[in-house]
Amino acid sequence: MTAQDAEALLEARGIVKIFGQHRALDDVSFALRAGEVHALLGENGAGKSTLIKILTGAYRPDGGEVRLQGAPVSFRDPLHAQSHGIGTVYQEVNLLPNRSVAENLFLGHQPTRWGLVRRKEIEARARNILVTYGLDIDVREELSSFSVAVQQIVAIARAVELSGKVLVLDEPTASLDRNEVDRLFDVIRSLKARGLGIIFITHFLDQVFALADRVTILRNGRKIATHALTEVNTTDVVRMMLGKDVAFDHHLTGLAGATHGAPCVRFAGLGRKGSVAPFTLDVHEGEVVGVAGLLGSGRTEMARLMFGIDLADSGQITVDGKPATIRNPAQAVAAGFGFCPEDRKLDGIFGELSVRENIIIALQAKLGWFRALNREDQIDLAGRYADALDIRAANHDMPVKLLSGGNQQKVILARWLAIDPSFLILDEPTRGIDVGAHAEIVRTINRLREEGLGLFVISSELDEVVAYSNRVVVMRDRQMVAELTGADVAPDRIVQAIAGTPVLPVSAVAEVAP
Amino acid sequence: MAIITKLALGAGLAALLSTAAHADLTGKVIGFSQIGSESGWRAAETSVTKSEAEKRGIDLKFADAQQKQENQIKAIRGFIAQGVDAILVAPVVSTGWDEVLGEAKEANIPVVLLDRGVDASADLYLTGVASDQVKEGAVAGKWLIDTVAGKDCSVVELEGTVGSSPAINRKKGFDDAVGATANIKVIRSQTGDFTRAKGKEVMEGFLKAEGGGKGICAVYAHNDDMAVGAIQAIKDAGLKPGSDILVVSIDGVPDIFSAMVAGEANATVELTPNMAGPAFDALDAYLNGGTAPEKAIITESKLFTQADDPQGEYDRRKGLGY
Amino acid sequence: MTRPTAQIHPAPQPPALRHRSVTAALLRPQFLALLVLLAINWLLFPGFFTTTWQDGRLFGSLIDVLNRGTPVAILAIGMTAVIATKGVDLSVGAVMAIAGATAAVMVTGGHSAVLAVAAALATGLLCGLWNGLLVTTLSIQPIIATLVLMVAGRGLAQLITEGSIVTFTDPVLIFIGTGAVAGLPTPVVVLIALTILTTLAVRRTALGLLIEAVGINRSAARFAGIKASALLLVVYAFAGLCAALAGLIVAGDIRGADANNAGLWLELDAILAVVVGGTSLLGGRFSIPMSVVGAMIIQAMNTGILISGFSPQFNLVVKSAVIILILVLQSPFAANLLQRRHLKAPPKAQEGDRA
Repeated sequence: MTAQDAEALLEARGIVKIFGQHRALDDVSFALRAGEVHALLGENGAGKSTLIKILTGAYRPDGGEVRLQGAPVSFRDPLHAQSHGIGTVYQEVNLLPNRSVAENLFLGHQPTRWGLVRRKEIEARARNILVTYGLDIDVREELSSFSVAVQQIVAIARAVELSGKVLVLDEPTASLDRNEVDRLFDVIRSLKARGLGIIFITHFLDQVFALADRVTILRNGRKIATHALTEVNTTDVVRMMLGKDVAFDHHLTGLAGATHGAPCVRFAGLGRKGSVAPFTLDVHEGEVVGVAGLLGSGRTEMARLMFGIDLADSGQITVDGKPATIRNPAQAVAAGFGFCPEDRKLDGIFGELSVRENIIIALQAKLGWFRALNREDQIDLAGRYADALDIRAANHDMPVKLLSGGNQQKVILARWLAIDPSFLILDEPTRGIDVGAHAEIVRTINRLREEGLGLFVISSELDEVVAYSNRVVVMRDRQMVAELTGADVAPDRIVQAIAGTPVLPVSAVAEVAP
Repeated sequence: MAIITKLALGAGLAALLSTAAHADLTGKVIGFSQIGSESGWRAAETSVTKSEAEKRGIDLKFADAQQKQENQIKAIRGFIAQGVDAILVAPVVSTGWDEVLGEAKEANIPVVLLDRGVDASADLYLTGVASDQVKEGAVAGKWLIDTVAGKDCSVVELEGTVGSSPAINRKKGFDDAVGATANIKVIRSQTGDFTRAKGKEVMEGFLKAEGGGKGICAVYAHNDDMAVGAIQAIKDAGLKPGSDILVVSIDGVPDIFSAMVAGEANATVELTPNMAGPAFDALDAYLNGGTAPEKAIITESKLFTQADDPQGEYDRRKGLGY
Repeated sequence: MTRPTAQIHPAPQPPALRHRSVTAALLRPQFLALLVLLAINWLLFPGFFTTTWQDGRLFGSLIDVLNRGTPVAILAIGMTAVIATKGVDLSVGAVMAIAGATAAVMVTGGHSAVLAVAAALATGLLCGLWNGLLVTTLSIQPIIATLVLMVAGRGLAQLITEGSIVTFTDPVLIFIGTGAVAGLPTPVVVLIALTILTTLAVRRTALGLLIEAVGINRSAARFAGIKASALLLVVYAFAGLCAALAGLIVAGDIRGADANNAGLWLELDAILAVVVGGTSLLGGRFSIPMSVVGAMIIQAMNTGILISGFSPQFNLVVKSAVIILILVLQSPFAANLLQRRHLKAPPKAQEGDRA
């Protein structure tokens, strides 16, 4: 498949990349044209990141070549690629949060006079540049004082100013809300109109259809196809990604109000000043309580209080009818709680530890220092749960950091299942996970419910919340504002509850001038 | 009360003694800025200085700089402000003294450097009292030449910290002395960092490298502590230090004298902790007689052997803080 | 409650794999470096491996390497645990001095040697607990927290000895430093015992895994219910205890407590030993025996320089050159190079197939 594209701005031909004995990319060709948004799709582990890292100079290919405007190029590193016009913006904004917006825009190439940074000039130029991106903000403020969306746009502006031919966007919308995504898309469309070639990586299919002109699909390190999006529909794309027909049966019916068992945990008046207003909530055996609300509404903070990560300053916790003291996660684990945190990399994964060790670590912590699980027990446990959750790893002795995001999430889930929990908190369990793994996680949640666990699941995706929740609590402004049951567990009702007052999360979008 | 009587008595005694030398430092106030107490020798220098001052009826103001030049400069400025009659300084480093020494000169206060020199114009201080490190090495070398009396002798050398001036000078003095003879050869030389532990370790290596010590006739250590370590290594190797292998070193700390008593060390060249005595004598002559001393006063590098009452020397030094 | 279970074949480790891992361990660059250094020593001094029996003990350069490497190796054992938690303990050299001073002053003051040893070890433990408290309760960065005791500790030791070298003749203390058990120097026997005990303690219990987890990701460790603070306290206390043990050995060796010089800069050698042994300063995976090997590499080099007859001015140059070489050999860069050579063949063959 080494079809050549005469119009190509940036082209990869027959790329091969090998890690150890694993072929991360096998004869992959890809062509980006000027003035197009080209989506790159694939499950985690399909080879998207590897391809991008080769195109931007972070990796060197073991075979094939990269061409820029028809001429072969070999980038030493991302900086070198940048100097040739290829800029990258990652999901996590890669700038300095405690420096000003203007400094961030010009970091590393500040206009200077006699070795001194020309502050005024930087600020004026920064303002002018950002206005063309629809941002009219005080560029002297610290970057961190703005919303993620604004930071993202600053990162894009920086990349475009530095490079100007090709822009790679690696999951730029993962932490944005609806309005912010729209704002970002406007910026991307205007860049496209300026003739930039844009590579767009995301997990959201609807965004691909809304924004991209063409799509290239990778699976297991091979290229499946490149299509204009006018030629294909969602089902086609999913089929190509997964290599099979999957039915997304998110809208299970008859779940809401279904019978459930005895209360397994009760949080009475639990709260912490400045974090979450006191709330009272029961979770029953065999029940999933979904949590909806915008980013920053206090969803995660609620979970942290339950698990003893933050110390509650009011309220009691009752487990199986008996009062429980939970002042730290160790006590929460002892009480039979488990918590899959939102930020896998920061709070969940022990990157250098093996898959096996990552699975047994919580159980081991619960058992204490001196009751060590022996190797056979570890292998048995890890094998059992890896199999139950279909964790795909070459072996369980490999470092968990080599797994894809979806598999890492399953490892953390397995870690908690291994302690035989009665109550499980999942904070955005499907974030940043490919479609296939996504569906599996949703299936697993349902299965755990059937097995009698109490679950508390935070998610931004309403369809998903509706699919597995018996009940939905809605958070707004750090308060629990609604508890929806029965027929009310529906996307439109949740949206209404979230928007219950006219006070929208203005702060998130206020800076984005129209 | 008792203290005052004692002081008065001491002063009277000192006055009596110094009348003989037709000069007197009784009642003079002298500031002493000491480096710190990083070694036993340093502690001994401090206690000897204090007793020398007491002997002469001097009111000694003592300041411990704890290895910091800024503390010394602060102390000297304090002495100047108090209007002392003279200042003794054991400088922690050699540079950066011009300003504060200039201030002392302006205030007409003579400064005497103890033990170490400074990189400053010579008219900024009265004199410096120090030992001659090259000569120390030479005295040790000469003792060995005399002792082996023409017989062939292979020497191993335990050097001080690489690059330090005592290490360089004590090596040079010894080399110059034995270099003239054909029968004495330094066959191995390594640094023992002036410590017992390293002295022992290096000596162990030497003994192994020289056929279990059979080829070694003498060990020359740049300080006594390394020699003490070397003595243990020699004993561990099944040899008799002091007879199978001669041990000569420099400093004259109490432990080397007790080793001499046991017959395990042969000789040491004393680095006297009494730098203050000559300094006070020079100040006496200057303040009372108006005679400026030489710019450098060299202390005696006295050789002690097993014949020089090591037990007595040990007892005399034991209480000095070594 | 039944968990989702599937019929699983927990893929038992084939015995061949275990076997291979032992061989692989022996093929590590550290062992290679140690062998090369010993070979160089032998070239410089043909009697290097000659070991004789003398006065009821083994006697020879190889024994010297073991004996002289012991204080740093013991420090490195404690340091390994600390570094595995992503920390570092700069105070161990000073703690050595404090412990040695404590024991020396106790026995010269007429107390029994057993009491003196106990007091010295307790002092080391206390010093370690102090470090651990600064790191956990006050959340001070380990390098700063332990710097406090590194600076103050030596002063403390000098206060105990009143600035002089306190010599002693107590046979028990001297035995710890210079005696022999079954022909081996006592320090070496202590080291072997400590290495085995510590390795068992971290690998037969969950401590090793939990320490690694805390070092790799402290936040995730907290989320997983690991009591990180208690673990850190234990680790720093253990490092203090190891330092005290090393301090006793060094004092016993020279029959005196030298507050100014005992353990001076040895914390750096200990850190180097841990790094040479392959434990990352970024925490995580660690190996106690490999750190001991690291310490012996350093000592083999020191002894080599000692018997080589080079002028001492070259000591540091030679030392740093060898260390750079070892670190380069075990760097990912070198590993990549080796791996690439290893893997070059198969892809080529495949291309050949296709053609």
